Amino acid sequence: MRRLAWLKYLRIVISLLFLLFTVVIFLDPAQWIPEWFTKTVVWPQFAPSLLKFIVSAGVVSAGFILFSLLALVFGRLYCSTVCPVGTIQDIVYRIKRKLTKARALKFAQSSNILRYSILIIVAVSVLAGYSLLLTFLDPYSNFGRIMTHLVRPVVQLGGNGIAGILHNNDIFFLPKTNPFPFHWASFISAVLFLLTIVVMSWSRGRLFCNTICPVGALLSLFSRFSLFKISLDKSICNSCGHCSKVCKAQCIDIKTREVDFSRCISCFNCLDSCPSDGVLFKSGLKLNEKLKISNEETESSTRRNVLKGVLLLSAYSALKAYGARVTGGEKPTEIPEGKINISSPPGSLSHDLFNKNCTACNLCVSVCPTHVLQPAFLQYGMQGLMQPYMDYHSGFCNFDCTLCSEICPAGAILPVDPEVKKLEQIGIAKFIEGNCVVYTDNTDCGACSEHCPTKAVDMVPYKDGLTIPKVDETICIGCGACEYACPTRPYRAIYVEGNLVHKQAEKPVHEEIKIEDKGEDFPF
Amino acid sequence: MKRRDFLVSGASAGMLAGALAGSGGVSQLAAAVLPQQGNFDLVAVRDGEPDVMFDRAIASLGGMSKFVKKGQKVVVKPNIGWDVSPERAGNTNPKLVGRIVKHCMDAGASEVYVFDNTCDAWNLCYKNSGIEKAVKDNGGKIVPGNNESAYKPIQIPKGKSLKDAKVHELILSSDVLINVPVLKHHSSASLSLAMKNLMGIVWDRRFWHRNDLHQCIADLITWRKPDLNIIDGYRVMMRNGPRGVSEADVVVMKQLIVSRDIVAADAAAALIFGSKPEDIPHIRIAHEMKLGTMKLDTLKINRIKI
Repeated sequence: MRRLAWLKYLRIVISLLFLLFTVVIFLDPAQWIPEWFTKTVVWPQFAPSLLKFIVSAGVVSAGFILFSLLALVFGRLYCSTVCPVGTIQDIVYRIKRKLTKARALKFAQSSNILRYSILIIVAVSVLAGYSLLLTFLDPYSNFGRIMTHLVRPVVQLGGNGIAGILHNNDIFFLPKTNPFPFHWASFISAVLFLLTIVVMSWSRGRLFCNTICPVGALLSLFSRFSLFKISLDKSICNSCGHCSKVCKAQCIDIKTREVDFSRCISCFNCLDSCPSDGVLFKSGLKLNEKLKISNEETESSTRRNVLKGVLLLSAYSALKAYGARVTGGEKPTEIPEGKINISSPPGSLSHDLFNKNCTACNLCVSVCPTHVLQPAFLQYGMQGLMQPYMDYHSGFCNFDCTLCSEICPAGAILPVDPEVKKLEQIGIAKFIEGNCVVYTDNTDCGACSEHCPTKAVDMVPYKDGLTIPKVDETICIGCGACEYACPTRPYRAIYVEGNLVHKQAEKPVHEEIKIEDKGEDFPF
Repeated sequence: MKRRDFLVSGASAGMLAGALAGSGGVSQLAAAVLPQQGNFDLVAVRDGEPDVMFDRAIASLGGMSKFVKKGQKVVVKPNIGWDVSPERAGNTNPKLVGRIVKHCMDAGASEVYVFDNTCDAWNLCYKNSGIEKAVKDNGGKIVPGNNESAYKPIQIPKGKSLKDAKVHELILSSDVLINVPVLKHHSSASLSLAMKNLMGIVWDRRFWHRNDLHQCIADLITWRKPDLNIIDGYRVMMRNGPRGVSEADVVVMKQLIVSRDIVAADAAAALIFGSKPEDIPHIRIAHEMKLGTMKLDTLKINRIKI
């Protein structure tokens, strides 16, 4: 089918564009990228959109449906175009082919037991409300963490360098950005996944996609019955093996002249590889040939299992090594903040719902304009590992901003109207008088009240003309501006106690101001 | 709206010109409008649009060229602390900021920089305050103030609580500093005025809150006084400051205070707000430290009603 060879080039262009777009949405320095663009780019991401569909049942918002249908017709187009990890593997493998004289890949038996076992375990755990396994295995989410925790800091460093030079020359369009806190768990998870991907693709192309990846396994169930399939024209094929050599999925068996289309990642490399033009891509209805599903292969699956185990174990042990958060220390305050629960982002409705749906892609962490969203360690418990939480030592939630809820591809943070968000109580401010500057130093402070968008934290008369904070819990929304701004260390004098289930705060009411303006003179 | 303002101001200017100038030529209109020039310690204007009030105020001080010489670099420091719209009066009026930038450019400034170390996310503050656009439209440069690397250490030998700080490098490298706060209620500092506004040229504000806020506010003024202070009282946040909760906190007052004396400017603005200057600790402290005067009856004040 040389006349369809253009499919390969189309696939390359689309995949590179998607990779580029998916990269830049994680690197935006100052909200230059419009919200609709970010939403569009992540819309087709399979695992998050599937989760979003489960919570919101919005067909329009579910890119996974499109790619499932596409898989039923044309095969695993998601894997070849939209999946950023897929494209990275292609790039790694291509580099290897250019740099080394290693022999081309050959057909390999499928690892059905491994890949479908993983799929079943992941599916069951997601349905049971645990997204942690998916968090570790979903390619897009892992890619997100690689961008957020490995690439973004490097780009930021370079960007700040360039910005510095520009600023010295009086050019200010490129702002410097402040790095956000380092997170061991997310960093190690990103490094391990990247290493896994590089090693696996370097040695055997799209091995990951047909062994570990749950999205690949799920799509293979559809592509197995795809209307259009890649196949070999047995009347022409002389088993020369040219097609098999360019197959990154190792799914063309030249001995039997069969193609395991369930493993084909739709790269279309093979279409123009056959000297006799015997690689077909056409409707299976005419072919009328049954595809054999290979059932062997248990030996290599144990090896994969070990690999997977190592991945999970090392991430877990790294987490254990990471201790509790340590705050700075000067002029120490003495009363520890009694924070029991952290807060989940507005729009997530409750910790439970949030933990179930978030795959920790960290896109919200990357785009959050105040950096209040940071990946958790064990703050939510094990199941919320690397999922974002409201870190009020890093920033506070901008009152008018709903960006994270708009761009969340997994429906873990559901779209929320700005006016509704302004009343969504994700936590409640708690004041510790004994730590407060007004109490300890007898000087004015009020930083907490300054930043409070609802004046739930107000300054009330104290003594000697001083004022001291007082919290009105009914109108507090838990944005954390007070906790962020509070100047005392190591313990702050005000902190937000998270609501496990978000509540609705009351709207602040203020009477109209009446001022007698004589409209004539100046008071001096 | 704009046209009406223009007509109104034009008409009143014409009447004044007729009354005062008499034989003065039309080309001297601007000069003729203003009874006296240059010798005022403080100018207070009311009942005009922000830009019109500033035109009148600066003209009565002899024009911007008295403050900005050809080729000089100017920093205009408004309050851009919050991600709120101009109607909320949490930030300096963008129309006023734009007009000041224009006057500086017209006076021959080589560059006019505008920045603030904001409280809310800086890019949202710059955008939603309307100030970014106003500055660019009038030929100024809006500069991010969000990164610590732009702030350089200084010593404040006369400071009592604040002995050193890190201030934005533009403050150090520029010739002229024009301070443009908005008059508003402030939960920490009672009122946010000209002296308080300079907290936004400093990186570490946490230290101030921790170490006697009012004293620190006054201490920074011992290091550098702005060349001109312009207090925006067009819309005034009467409560729930400095961020405000809703437009219900705001009263349209249409006032403007301009002075070289930062303490006097703050005292006048405090009186407009309805407070006594001596009740605002940092005004009292600054007065006692002789950084300016809050005794307005000792000053020559030009009062302009539009």
